[in-house]
Amino acid sequence: MQVIDRRQNPKSKSLGNRQRFLRRIKSQIRKTVKDAIENRSVTDLDSGEKVSVTANEIGEPTFGFDAAEGSRNYVIPGNHDYRRGDRIRKPGGGSGSGSGGSPDGDGEDAFVFMLSRDEFLNLFFEDLELPNLAKRKLKSVASEKWSRAGYANDGSPQRLNKYQTMRRSLARRIALKRPRLDELNRLEAELEAAESRADGDHGEEAKRLARLIEETRDRMRAVPFLDPVDLRYNRFEQTPKPATQAVMFCLMDASASMTESLKDLAKRFFILLHLFLNRHYRSVELVFIRHTYTAAEVDEETFFHGRETGGTVVSSALEVMLRIIRERYPVQDWNIYAAQASDGHNFDHDMPRTIELLQREILDLCQYYAYIEVGEEESSYVSALWSGYAQLEAHPHFARATVLDPTEIYPVFHNLFASNRQAS
Amino acid sequence: MDNRTLLYEGSEWDFNHLRRVHDAIEEIGVGEMGLDVYRNQIEVITSDQMLDAYASFGMPLMYSHWSFGKRYSREALLYRKGAQSLAYELVINSDPCVAYVIEENSMTMQTLVIAHACFGHNHFFKNNYLFRQWTHAERVLDDLAYAKRFIAECEERYGMQAVERTLDAAHALMSQGVSRYAPQRPVRSQDAVLKAESRKSHHEATYNDLWRTLPKPKEDADADDNAEREYDAAALRLPEENLLRFLSLHAPKLKDWQREVLDIVRKTAQYFYPQQQTQLMNEGCATFVHYQIMNRLHQTGQVNEAAMLEFLHMHTAVVTQPDFDDKRFRGLNPYALGFAMMKDIERICQSPEPEDEEWFPEIAGQGDFMGVLRDAWADFRDESFVLQFLSPHLIRKMRLFAVRDASDAPHLSVEAIHDESGYREIRHRLAQQYDLSKRDPEIEVTEADLKGNRRLVLTHRVRDGKTLSSSNCNRVLRHVANLWGYRVRLIEIDADSGQTLNDYDAVALP
Repeated sequence: MQVIDRRQNPKSKSLGNRQRFLRRIKSQIRKTVKDAIENRSVTDLDSGEKVSVTANEIGEPTFGFDAAEGSRNYVIPGNHDYRRGDRIRKPGGGSGSGSGGSPDGDGEDAFVFMLSRDEFLNLFFEDLELPNLAKRKLKSVASEKWSRAGYANDGSPQRLNKYQTMRRSLARRIALKRPRLDELNRLEAELEAAESRADGDHGEEAKRLARLIEETRDRMRAVPFLDPVDLRYNRFEQTPKPATQAVMFCLMDASASMTESLKDLAKRFFILLHLFLNRHYRSVELVFIRHTYTAAEVDEETFFHGRETGGTVVSSALEVMLRIIRERYPVQDWNIYAAQASDGHNFDHDMPRTIELLQREILDLCQYYAYIEVGEEESSYVSALWSGYAQLEAHPHFARATVLDPTEIYPVFHNLFASNRQAS
Repeated sequence: MDNRTLLYEGSEWDFNHLRRVHDAIEEIGVGEMGLDVYRNQIEVITSDQMLDAYASFGMPLMYSHWSFGKRYSREALLYRKGAQSLAYELVINSDPCVAYVIEENSMTMQTLVIAHACFGHNHFFKNNYLFRQWTHAERVLDDLAYAKRFIAECEERYGMQAVERTLDAAHALMSQGVSRYAPQRPVRSQDAVLKAESRKSHHEATYNDLWRTLPKPKEDADADDNAEREYDAAALRLPEENLLRFLSLHAPKLKDWQREVLDIVRKTAQYFYPQQQTQLMNEGCATFVHYQIMNRLHQTGQVNEAAMLEFLHMHTAVVTQPDFDDKRFRGLNPYALGFAMMKDIERICQSPEPEDEEWFPEIAGQGDFMGVLRDAWADFRDESFVLQFLSPHLIRKMRLFAVRDASDAPHLSVEAIHDESGYREIRHRLAQQYDLSKRDPEIEVTEADLKGNRRLVLTHRVRDGKTLSSSNCNRVLRHVANLWGYRVRLIEIDADSGQTLNDYDAVALP
């Protein structure tokens, strides 16, 4: 007989099988994921999702009897008052499962299970990748650094911490009553004095002192000055270096022409981008800049729900963004992403300035600059920004797209970040 | 040996206690009850690991397939929601006999589980004729390890999808992948030569020139054709009930690794076949053994009253049989019926009534019930066990009755109840209910043309008008066609009238 403790064995042996299962029903899950982003409130997109798959898709067919055909015999327990020859009305419209519980009538109920948050997000951002990752690739690889982490009982000699070691040594010496060196010296001096006056009763004194010195010496040998138990070494631990950080600029036109529904469209896009960046960087900071003819950094609430009137000068927002980058987010330490949402209006006289700002400075600072034009309906009208930005298309850090309907957000987002996107 | 010291107190368990309890149980099980068991290996696992094991047919290691992932997702959700609790144990027919126990079990539960699995099931695995004949306990785990490795290698070499397709198809045919009759002695080529020679010499010895003078029948060509077809059928050993074996041997387009995959699935199916045929007896045996052992432990003062009450609480839950009109009714509970039948055998052996003398003359009043039970556990399966040992007394006690449900009749009809005229009928029908060959559709390969159009014909012999469900049938047939590589036809023929009821057809995807 043998008793084995298997509790420490790796669990989730089924993980590989689960991955295979998920792969198999990917199309269904994708649909669930798409529905999720449309129906869920934007703030809790970051959790798992219940997926329901119809049994048909993942059924494992076997040869089985048709429950409605043929005749069956059952032997069942608990007869109360039936006699031979009695007839019993069929339960449930004669569907034939009978009171015996037919073993061959397979139910086709939907199969429900939970996707974990990671699985959900993985599928959500499947085959998307951050453009221009190469530029600061090293940054997104989390680097480790050594940092102090208390003291250890052993270590290499160069890490010996003298202060801690001596503290313990001192405490031990006091506790074990180790005679001090100057006490010994004092005794020796007394002995010398006693010997120089060597006569009669002083001889007794010298003998006593000599014995005392001997005892003191013994005690000093027994309790060493520095014992191995006193030794303390500095301990170092590897900790991740908080270098992988990104900042995401949300730029939005806040003029009256941007209705609540247009802002909502824009918001969905920003949320997606934020989620996406969060998966790649340890920390992502958000900066909200809204603009009419002037621009200002605001908090999230004001950004999405505040209302202003006035014209539209895009370059004002870009200037604010540049200023903030210079003040708070030095390019060498930060990955910078920007998304601009607008209905496309801009004062004509501002266009050259806008284009110049983007082309000369911003696009080179940013990892990626996405422009989303939101609209109520399809129209042949080409907005000022859309036509103006046409010349930026060539820049590898720039992308633009139009969104008319919430359902389009995800496809558009997907297109912008699709991993095979040609940055040309 | 009465009045021993207590084995344990309270509900906490540890490894020393497990060992002591096992040894105490062994003394009773092997010493007093005469059980004959494989060496035991008790493995303590967590509930997560139990869920893992659930997902893969309850085996400790299994090849990878998405359906196991599906099962796992399902079980995990049900378990986390609290809709379903986990089994206390899981036992594997292997040598040494591996029994998994969950760490959350209390000490009494562990005692119960050790008696139930490590002695009840273990004895049954080692002694029942079906297991002895069909499974190789000493190499089950090695076979599984091989299968896992082989499938993983195939996935690497031929791609996950190709392997998955083959496995899907094989799984669909799993219940048609078992051989129901004793394995044939493999034919050695030498035997075939000897046989041919003896036939020739018989021809020579009985040669009579007179036969030559008979006029030849006209449909000579036809006869030749027929003869050839018969010859082919004989060469393929048709009809063949084991679809998986037939396909792995004869499907023209399969690659070697695919044949091996089919064989792996077939062997897995075959491994579980005895368990399906003996569920009632196996659980009955284990339940009887744990009941007996726990009572003995209590009598000899090795477990206290508190533990005994906890045990009885669990035991009654296990052997509850709700009536047919109860909301909880899910068919006959194999634990309940099996345990009741075995307790009944004990009663017949020890204090028979006149009725029992008449029905069971060989065992009534014979005294040594353990001997009778050990023989029954060794030589019967569910069907024959019920047919042999279901007593009128138990039929009355459980108030069993037989109902017929015909799809064309508006009513269910009660055809036998627990009365003098009904006992034999009920016993017969209940036995049939446990006959797997009647529970699964009877499908055979009846024709396979390897030379011409390469069509494969399967025949389903329909009994009691029970035809196949058509949507599933079509889907399985597609799997068969993909394995076979050419057109596959399935005919449903009524077993009594010979009438063709349905005709399905499927072609292989390119």
